[in-house]
Amino acid sequence: MASRRGNAKTEKQSDKYSVLLPTYNERENLPLIVWLLVKYFGESKYDYEIIVIDDGSPDGTLQIAEQLQKIYGADRILLRPRAQKLGLGTAYIHGIKHASGNFVIIMDADLSHHPKFIAQFIEKQKEGGYDLVSGTRYRGDGGVYGWDLRRKLISRGANFITQVLLRPGASDLTGSFRLYKKDVLEKLVEQCVSKGYVFQMEMIVRARQLGYTVGEVPISFVDRVYGESKLGGNEIVSFLKGLLTLFATT
Amino acid sequence: MFLDMLFLKYKISCGFFIYNLALHRPTIFLTMTKLLEWLLGVSLIGVAWGLVTFDLLDLKFPPQYRELAWPMPVYLLVAFGCYSLATVGYRVAMFNDCEDAAKELQAQIKEAKEDLKKKGLKM
Repeated sequence: MASRRGNAKTEKQSDKYSVLLPTYNERENLPLIVWLLVKYFGESKYDYEIIVIDDGSPDGTLQIAEQLQKIYGADRILLRPRAQKLGLGTAYIHGIKHASGNFVIIMDADLSHHPKFIAQFIEKQKEGGYDLVSGTRYRGDGGVYGWDLRRKLISRGANFITQVLLRPGASDLTGSFRLYKKDVLEKLVEQCVSKGYVFQMEMIVRARQLGYTVGEVPISFVDRVYGESKLGGNEIVSFLKGLLTLFATT
Repeated sequence: MFLDMLFLKYKISCGFFIYNLALHRPTIFLTMTKLLEWLLGVSLIGVAWGLVTFDLLDLKFPPQYRELAWPMPVYLLVAFGCYSLATVGYRVAMFNDCEDAAKELQAQIKEAKEDLKKKGLKM
């Protein structure tokens, strides 16, 4: 009995969660997202670290990150900047190399993803032993704030086409708020070749292909950026191109 | 001619499947792309439809079968179209608007800014 309890304790102690935050011009949002992460991880008692991967932001994001590191400690906030904007896939690879956790959480740094869901991701992962847990805006309590009818229509329409063509077994494929086992993320990023929205889709499709298990947790997505950056024709076209490529190759 | 091609595709897919099964390689299903799955499915349905509509195997179906089968592809397409519109429409209407989440975030942003200022952050 005593040894079983001992094992359970060491299991919790050895689970560490590395949060990857790729940033570009997030000078305003970075302190806020870090504050929220520290608050919720502190309450949850899980072991964590935050890896900020700044791609040479001209607005001084890195300087703010350095201040945060002084406030919260270099064991909690790791800075691994890069010289220029190099893309999300390589940012993940770069982040994983420096991650000391056995789980990796990827999320957006612009406050659209709320750290309060991370505890739910972790619990869901423990519950089902999932290789990856994905936040979904389309099921259960999941939802979005700040989208007009046009945006919702495009989102649901694109998701419907994706479900019909790829039958992926996950409700939200373009979402980027996820928890991965570190080795699973490593393996998947190696294999994925797409960019943008389609990259996130490809990750889940390839995960299914390789036999990994996927869990889902409903999340709320608060879009404060949509007003400035409308979803244009170009993005829709490249999404469809990417989708058809995935359809023909996976 | 179109039917011949379809029948040929069907024969090839079946042959492929049986060949792999014979070699104990059920992995053919894992390595088949979604596109190939669709083509296979469409071919099977197409052949079944062709068989019934044009009575290719000379099974002498009663005329009702043929009358029902003949417009089936169009019926199915229209039914799928309606289903798609209804599903997407329903999902857009039921899309959750997270008002509370937005309010909570606003409040927490204020709290975070004050706390960080106290801790010495210069924004």
